Amino acid sequence: MTVVVAYSPDPYGEAALEAALEEAAVRRERVVVVNATKGDAYVDPRFATADQVEDLTARIAAAGLDGVVLHEVVDDVGAAVVAAAESGGARLVVVGVRHRSPVGKAIMGSVSQRVILDATVPVLAVKPQR
Amino acid sequence: MDSLGLLADGLASAATPQNLLYAVLGVLLGTLVGVLPGIGPAMTLALLFPITYAVPVDSALIMFAGIYYGGMYGGSTTSILLNTPGESSSVVTAIEGNKMAKAGRASQALATAAIGSFVAGTIGTLLLVLLAPTVSEWVVELGAPSYVAILLLALLAVSAALGASKLRGFISLFLGLTIGLVGTSTGQARLTFDQPLLADGIDVVIVAVAIFAIGEALWVAAHLRRAPLEITPVGQPWMSRSDWGRSWKPWLRGTAYGFPFGAMPAGGAEVPTFLSYLTEKRLSKHPEEFGKGAIEGVAGPEAANNASAAGTLVPLLAIGIPTTATAAIILDAMRSYGIQPGPQLFDNNGALVWTLLASLFIANTLLLVLNLPLAPVWAKLLRIPRPYLYAGILFFAALGSYSISFEPFDLLLLIVLGLLGLAMRRFGLPVLPLIVGVILGPDLEGKLTEALALSGGDVSTLWSEPVAVVCYVVLAGILAVLAVNAVRRRRSATSTDQEVAA
Repeated sequence: MTVVVAYSPDPYGEAALEAALEEAAVRRERVVVVNATKGDAYVDPRFATADQVEDLTARIAAAGLDGVVLHEVVDDVGAAVVAAAESGGARLVVVGVRHRSPVGKAIMGSVSQRVILDATVPVLAVKPQR
Repeated sequence: MDSLGLLADGLASAATPQNLLYAVLGVLLGTLVGVLPGIGPAMTLALLFPITYAVPVDSALIMFAGIYYGGMYGGSTTSILLNTPGESSSVVTAIEGNKMAKAGRASQALATAAIGSFVAGTIGTLLLVLLAPTVSEWVVELGAPSYVAILLLALLAVSAALGASKLRGFISLFLGLTIGLVGTSTGQARLTFDQPLLADGIDVVIVAVAIFAIGEALWVAAHLRRAPLEITPVGQPWMSRSDWGRSWKPWLRGTAYGFPFGAMPAGGAEVPTFLSYLTEKRLSKHPEEFGKGAIEGVAGPEAANNASAAGTLVPLLAIGIPTTATAAIILDAMRSYGIQPGPQLFDNNGALVWTLLASLFIANTLLLVLNLPLAPVWAKLLRIPRPYLYAGILFFAALGSYSISFEPFDLLLLIVLGLLGLAMRRFGLPVLPLIVGVILGPDLEGKLTEALALSGGDVSTLWSEPVAVVCYVVLAGILAVLAVNAVRRRRSATSTDQEVAA
């Protein structure tokens, strides 16, 4: 069994990653970190840099866990997380959730919402500590 | 110094609240499109062309000039932070600028680019003020035969000077000349395919919007998903005393390269920025820093591209010859107001020209004031997803083309020419020769007809003026160099083949 986490290099992604590492450590499970982008803007701050991906790999190893980082350009980030959960036979998906303004919801889709609604396994929604 | 007196009058009329507002709008819009790769001042001016129907001529030209200068500024931000040039004129800036940013000196790189652009833009505009009236007095003496020669030279230079492949340049030029032929302006229907809607020819704005906006949008759509680039976070641009010390000479040298190249037909900004970079590399007291983020390598080229923008306006205003795509659109905008740039411009529309020149100083100052503090905001623009961006562009493209004559047929033309623009990008054809060909082709034909009519059909009139002869000699020189280079390349290619065979 694996734990899949939707990661972005910001407080929400960090909170999700922390929770996922804790969850995985409980039952010695594999961690699959998904950090994807639609790749339709010149710059996407939620897409990790190569250095950050190395850090992620190192952190998984430092936690004494087995795992991979899926770092890729996809059509739909939410669907990519769900697909990673299905193909890896995940027990749990972890996402970080944030407050969003009505305008923000109207313009931008929400990755977390897609994952929560579409995933076939339980989803753990976490928030960064205030 | 009556130039300066006239300039003062121009300054007074450029500083009205309304015109200042257009100047601010222009520089903001210019910087915005300069920052975004693939969207440049030429496309923006083409898209904004319909405002010339509603806005008074001085305001429109002030805004257009602001966009032109702003585009040159904005391009450097993307070059430095993203290692992707926002504009072709900022390609060289990326070499050292991005290295500086990676080394944590993004603020200094942005500052030297902005201040260098300001210095170069101001000196360049001053040179423009001093030179343009003189050049136009000299041009006034020229007859139609000289014009024919100058136009031929400009067309050849635009096609041959830029880009790696001369063949592609000429293909693009002839495509443009062909589009320029459409219509019945000579009394004879040419390439109209018995289509009455083509009888008036194809409007230059439709060609420009299609090639720049539709072509680019289709091209981006074909390559939509790409891994995002890593952007260097940036704070407030600033420079230390030693940065100033290392920057001011490259600024001045860059200006010295940029202005004359901009003023030459087909000079453009690409060649002088590259020359400036090479010069700074050779003269630098810190040659070991080149390739690792030398501030001189940002200061020089950034000054050069702004100075060349000012230089471009000399032939545009004084002779009526555009040397960049943006200048070509400005020329067309002026014509749509019934103003013919060229030797008579300073006499017939003196007040307007001086207002325009004065507004360039204002635009330049605004750019410095706005861009130093706003650099981090501009960098955020790069997060806009491309589909949103290009949806907006396509909307304005369609709106602008339709508003020219409220004819659905124009939208069909837009799509067909847009596909041509996509094909040109696919096969690496430069866009500038096509646009210049569309605009200058009919001019060339008109002047040729005029010259031959005056001489009663005697062809020898074409080389009866000294300026014309000089132009033809230069023309022959360029062609000879091209031919020699081609032969030499072929020979070296065959000799290596033989070596491989042996």
